[in-house]
Amino acid sequence: MSKVYVAGVGLTKIDEHWWMSLEYLMTEASLKALDDAGISRVDSIYVGSMLSPILQEQGHLGALLAEELGLSGIPAIGVEAASASGAAAVYTGAREIESGRANAVLVVGVDKMSDGMAEEVTAAMMSGERQEYVGFIGATFYSINALIYSLYMDRYNVGQEKIALFPVLCHEHAVNVPHAQYPFKIKLETVLNSPYISEPLRRFETTAIADGAAALVLVNEETAKKLDTPKTELIIEASTDYLTPFQREDPLWFPAIQLATSKALSRAKLERQDIKILELYDATSIMAIVSLESSGFAERGKAWQLLERGELGLSGALPCNTFGGLKARGHPAGATPVYQIAELHLQLTHRAGKNQVDSAKNGLAQSLGGVASTAFATILREV
Amino acid sequence: MVRINSAVIVGYGGYVPRYRIKSEEIARIWGRDKSELPVEEKAVAGLDEDTVTMAVEAAKIAIKRAGIPPSKIGAVHVGTESKPYAVKPSGTIVAEAIGAVPSVTAADFEFACKAGTEALQFITSLVDAGRIEYGLAIGADTAQGRPGDALEFTAACGAAAFIIGRDKNEGVAEIEAWTSYVTDTPDFWRREYERYPHHTARFTGDPAYFHHIVNSVKNLLENDGYTLNDIDYAVFHQPNVRFPLVAAKLLGIDLEKTKPGLITGYIGNTYAASSLLGLVKVLDQAKPGQRILLASFGSGAGSDSYIIRVLEGIEVKRSLAPTLDKFIERKTYIDYAIYARHRKKILM
Amino acid sequence: MFRIKVPRYWRHKDFRYRLNAWKCNHCGETHFFQPLICRKCRSRDFSRVTLPESGKLLAYTVVRSPPEGFEAQSPYIIGFIELDDGTRILGQLTDCYPEELKQGMKVEATLRKIREDQEDKIIAYCYKFRPAI
Repeated sequence: MSKVYVAGVGLTKIDEHWWMSLEYLMTEASLKALDDAGISRVDSIYVGSMLSPILQEQGHLGALLAEELGLSGIPAIGVEAASASGAAAVYTGAREIESGRANAVLVVGVDKMSDGMAEEVTAAMMSGERQEYVGFIGATFYSINALIYSLYMDRYNVGQEKIALFPVLCHEHAVNVPHAQYPFKIKLETVLNSPYISEPLRRFETTAIADGAAALVLVNEETAKKLDTPKTELIIEASTDYLTPFQREDPLWFPAIQLATSKALSRAKLERQDIKILELYDATSIMAIVSLESSGFAERGKAWQLLERGELGLSGALPCNTFGGLKARGHPAGATPVYQIAELHLQLTHRAGKNQVDSAKNGLAQSLGGVASTAFATILREV
Repeated sequence: MVRINSAVIVGYGGYVPRYRIKSEEIARIWGRDKSELPVEEKAVAGLDEDTVTMAVEAAKIAIKRAGIPPSKIGAVHVGTESKPYAVKPSGTIVAEAIGAVPSVTAADFEFACKAGTEALQFITSLVDAGRIEYGLAIGADTAQGRPGDALEFTAACGAAAFIIGRDKNEGVAEIEAWTSYVTDTPDFWRREYERYPHHTARFTGDPAYFHHIVNSVKNLLENDGYTLNDIDYAVFHQPNVRFPLVAAKLLGIDLEKTKPGLITGYIGNTYAASSLLGLVKVLDQAKPGQRILLASFGSGAGSDSYIIRVLEGIEVKRSLAPTLDKFIERKTYIDYAIYARHRKKILM
Repeated sequence: MFRIKVPRYWRHKDFRYRLNAWKCNHCGETHFFQPLICRKCRSRDFSRVTLPESGKLLAYTVVRSPPEGFEAQSPYIIGFIELDDGTRILGQLTDCYPEELKQGMKVEATLRKIREDQEDKIIAYCYKFRPAI
């Protein structure tokens, strides 16, 4: 089995890009990644997107992107796993390289949410849940998170002011990030005084409508050797769970994250303490908290203590969401996992600017579809 | 008169939604005098309620009391002037929701405020004729009055349901007789595609409500050999508090026999459910052996009157489900603005 | 964009109107929609059940940012409920205001309009829960 290397990354700024189309965004990210890798052709393309079939009524993103890039002729396929779609594209591309069937693969994540009204986007985000049941009754992604939040605070007797520290941390990390949607600091009071989206969940504990595309060039060992661009090694594993967290044994535990993370660590022959940068999927504050616990980086009910002790800061023991995470870098749905992996790559190739975490040799990104109904764990290793 | 051989109420249920608006509040909006209001307050459906959901609420209570499997119900008839669909029966939705489908006949009846007692006539007849074992008759409405119109003070929401069977041993009351009195009297109407009804103000009184109710009751008593002494309770259609009391007076019925079933002052005129909810209220308190006179009125116009005798089973079955008072007492007042939202008077 | 598609709505009315569901005869898992194989134990043997209409409220939240199609009733409450047989179910709460709700309180199922299609005008009905009467 060939090893997989990231040889180039391309990020578009996350924003409401009123003047740019879905096609434009994914093409821009792709070209940046190809240029970063220093190559112009790949053997295949995988495009991850969650919302484009709904908001843009555009499917068939593989052939579409190949055409935009002037690469028509090569295999190009769209991949979907809700808000983990981008990671699903990485997974597919990585597996193709591991199998020896490709030397270089372009992987892209894209979503453009600003083409939809807020109500449309809220409805579209529910495509990752079981629509016939949970969507039908008018539940939203945030209301599901809110129920988990409420149960969590109740079971572990933890106040909201502890959990709401997570978005504060994310904003702190986004300050120097050129591609971040919200590169500014916020105070805990700002979070706690922001309006409810779905009690107890407040607006500053959620993410906003965002447009973005991110791309990676994945190559095999042989190709990697020919390129003088900085590279990292990529190991990706995945797991799934029921779509509705309330049908699981315990809605406050995400077994899919636990499983994917353990599989990735074991394949990389690493322990949890070897991970020095962690990218969490903080679609809401509470998801980050439960993810930390489920993946074994914090004890049950105690993830907030890591926040309070500053361990998740850039100079802490486990720097977390070093470019602002979903909250502050932005969360363009299916594109987000590719941003996470690209950001780990920038860290491990010492191109993270003012946010550089120097000691790190290994980073882990967790990317979730729905409320951890799909979980990807991607480890990037310095080479 | 053709006698009813065997038709007994085996289960009954009344439902009133949670929200109330006071007549005073409506008077405040339209600058009306507050000294002569037709009712104290009226019941207003929630945003997610309609005639069908209220019919189901009442039907489920009736089924609880009846203690029969819903699949044994052979007919579901819903009387209403506010069906959610102009075309598409409410009865099918109700039948499906209670689990009476598919071996069931379902239909909607419309006869202004007497559609409920009309549904009850047909169910009674189907059971009496041996065509079905059990039948469900419902009167339900989410009545609408034009903003500012006199009807706006009373037009209310509610539902009443009755399961009719044949066996007196499982009955709460026996339907001994019924009759109808119908003429073409246009006192109130609503044309297709119209939102609110038209009415003829004082013409709705003497030639319409009183004439039809008085004659319907007189015919019933005369034809079936009852006297006023046989009657322990009298329940009339209740468009306001005054009309039923005047009707009782015209018929020479003691007002004390009319007041126990007179609930319009607290819930308003629930149209097709109005007289039937009065009957529910009386069944909630009547004793075995007592007789109830029920007389509805429907604009257009007509009145159905019934003689109903309370059976031994009432005592046990009454306690099997919440009484009407539970719903009448469960109330939250809303102001006119919330009322306007609930009743879709704000067009979005 | 997000319309009520009649066949999809109609197909599952048994569950939505009456809480008719399936129970796995091997592990007891409840399935709201007709299963072919149990998600938990992979048995293929099921029985029809009607879930109890009463239960207790485990958690609730208020939807203040509704999805398309649900704007008219917003804000509305979503509850996580444990029915008397132990089945856990999500549903809207009705006939109540958030400040009246308490964890552990008794609730009961009722049928309500869940939404109306703004263009086709079809009405979708569904179970909701209300404080027990």
